[in-house]
Amino acid sequence: MSTSESAGKTKLHIDPTERSWIRAAILVLVVFAISITIAGFMLGIQVPTEEQRVDPRTIQEELPWSQPGVREIVPGEKYDVYLIAKMWFFDPNTVPAPDSTVEIPTGAEVTFYVTSVDVQHGFKIQGTNVNFMAVPGEVSKLTTVFEEPGSYDYICTEYCGTGHASMYGTVNITE
Amino acid sequence: MLTETTRTPVYELTKSDKKFIGWHIFFAVTALTIGSLFGPLQALQHAGIDLYPDLNFLFIEFNGVNAYYQGLTLHGVLNALIWTTFFITGFSTLAVIRGLKRQLAIPLLNRIGFWMMAVGLVVAAVPLLGDNASVLYTFYPPLEADVLFYLGLVLVVVGSWIEGYGFYITLYRWRKENPTEKTPFITLAVVLNMVMWQIATIGIAAEILGLILPMTFGWVGGIDPQLSRTFFWFTGHPLVYFWLLPAYASWYGMLPKQAGGKLFSDSLARLAFWLFLLLSVPLGFHHQFVDPGVPSGWKFIHSLLTFGVAFPSLLTLFTVVASLEYAARQRGGRGLFGWIRALPWGDGSVTAQLLAGILFIFGGIGGVANASYNVNLVLHNTTWVPGHFHLTVASAVTLSFFGISYWLVPHITGKPLWRPKLAVVSSWVYFAGMLIFSNAMHTVGLLGAPRRTPLGLAPYVPDEWNGHLFRVAVGGAIMWIGLMIFVVIIAVTAWQRKRLPEGEHIDVPVAESLDDPNNAPLWLDRWKPWLIATVVLIILAYGPQLIDQIFGIESTSPGFTPQSPLPGG
Repeated sequence: MSTSESAGKTKLHIDPTERSWIRAAILVLVVFAISITIAGFMLGIQVPTEEQRVDPRTIQEELPWSQPGVREIVPGEKYDVYLIAKMWFFDPNTVPAPDSTVEIPTGAEVTFYVTSVDVQHGFKIQGTNVNFMAVPGEVSKLTTVFEEPGSYDYICTEYCGTGHASMYGTVNITE
Repeated sequence: MLTETTRTPVYELTKSDKKFIGWHIFFAVTALTIGSLFGPLQALQHAGIDLYPDLNFLFIEFNGVNAYYQGLTLHGVLNALIWTTFFITGFSTLAVIRGLKRQLAIPLLNRIGFWMMAVGLVVAAVPLLGDNASVLYTFYPPLEADVLFYLGLVLVVVGSWIEGYGFYITLYRWRKENPTEKTPFITLAVVLNMVMWQIATIGIAAEILGLILPMTFGWVGGIDPQLSRTFFWFTGHPLVYFWLLPAYASWYGMLPKQAGGKLFSDSLARLAFWLFLLLSVPLGFHHQFVDPGVPSGWKFIHSLLTFGVAFPSLLTLFTVVASLEYAARQRGGRGLFGWIRALPWGDGSVTAQLLAGILFIFGGIGGVANASYNVNLVLHNTTWVPGHFHLTVASAVTLSFFGISYWLVPHITGKPLWRPKLAVVSSWVYFAGMLIFSNAMHTVGLLGAPRRTPLGLAPYVPDEWNGHLFRVAVGGAIMWIGLMIFVVIIAVTAWQRKRLPEGEHIDVPVAESLDDPNNAPLWLDRWKPWLIATVVLIILAYGPQLIDQIFGIESTSPGFTPQSPLPGG
């Protein structure tokens, strides 16, 4: 076997036009990768991460899950909201509760903690980046800032049985 | 070309092999026909037109709102799992035999595999039709279906493995018999797809055999839903490549011939397929970006790996378009884009695959958005997602399979295609419906509409969604008409009495390559290094998290049927 032949057996022939295409394709993908990196790690647009494991059978026996709802951490600035997803409603389905003295004002940092006590549910607050799975045995957590006053629906976005389509609630944000 | 008949086929399949492949197509098209009945019903429901009560007679146990979810489960299982798997194993059988010009090494093994799949389908169909398995095609635990549903799925998957073993042994024998020849591209492509599938389905095997069945049989008190999701998506994403790669095999290895040209680059076609083997599996966490039990760092790594698997698809785009342009210029096509008109648009098989490719460009772009870590937050679990995968599995894959069927069924039956012009129309109708449907689904998804939800009933639907939901209904109905035209053409072709004139055949279109395949580097015909790299990459990308989740297992979630909020109810 001559050397030129054996070289042909290892070297990949690529047409010059295709070579340019490959370069462009790699460049585009690298730009995308850089973009999500900047958005995630410099601008803080983050996805949920591991938070806490819980027992869905007993979780409602102890605080905070025995009394889900709003907690005022720093008045006007920082709030925690605990929500339980179950077949086929959110507990509570209004945040803050109608009889509550707490209000969540525009611009406050609101952290949502959601878990399920039966099957998998979804949790998405319309008009925000809060969107995650509610999985029994796990606590999902994301933080958002509501920039406008008004009511925001949170809806179940994962099929959870017969009543799935009517499973939703509302967060009310004041001025 | 489709209409071109030959007097001396390059290699003639035996009657029994043709019949065997025909059974695959029969089951596939039957599943597609039944599964697709529910598509327009869902789409119309979104626009507030609820036809389920009027179609009461179709359901064995019609049960109010549950009919939507029962129909959705049938739609997903029959179309995405059954139509694809049966068509792919049938098409792969043909590509192995015709590519190698050799009979299967152990035909009985493949037949056992196939009939196992067929039995599995029937076993799973019983609870599906009785509304005892309305858990959708992802069957996320602790939602629980009748045990027959899981056993049926296991039989389908194991049956497909056994057909795969038949392919491996056949290829192995052929390589022994032909030590100096490169594996023909179409054979390499479908066998490689089968290998990828067998690695990928380890996840779903672990989920069903290790977690779900022990719960369903009552051996353990509950299940770990997070671990079951991780196992599921180990299989769930490569599953889409299992669907897609046979379509790619046709686009690279057959379509250029049908269009009157040659494959632009045999080497890069092979490279793309090896890259799919390497990269298809270790990226499943990109379906779990919003899961609570997976660390965000691993999600980010899988996001980058998903960008990696976009690369061989971009290679495919170039090579396929270049092959088509070469074909069109051979046919007298001129101009920067003018050559597109010179493609054989009058050939139903070619047109279906060209339109499939066009829709897949949009599907691919959307897929990159889905894979983009935090971008996914705005679209996760919205109608954007089914809008996306109707461009991939229901367009790139399904329309390509329509195109393949338009020559494959005449090939195996020896009968001419019934109404070839109508075949062209079928794809255009489906294409038009899909454009309307998928555009509306993507748009209303960005506005926040959840997927898997009968939006016609949901109390939270704002007015601004309604126009888009109407377009979903219109598009869905048009797609269904296109699909039914396909089904009728295939059914009449197969059952008509008319045969091809004596001595004429519809040959399998196998494209030659512009570059000599024997000049391709040897590392494109070696399994070992690629397999080792694949396993190593999976261990690196999945190993630490899998070990964490498996050893941290908490089987604390009891099962629930979809109809009752009480455990086991």
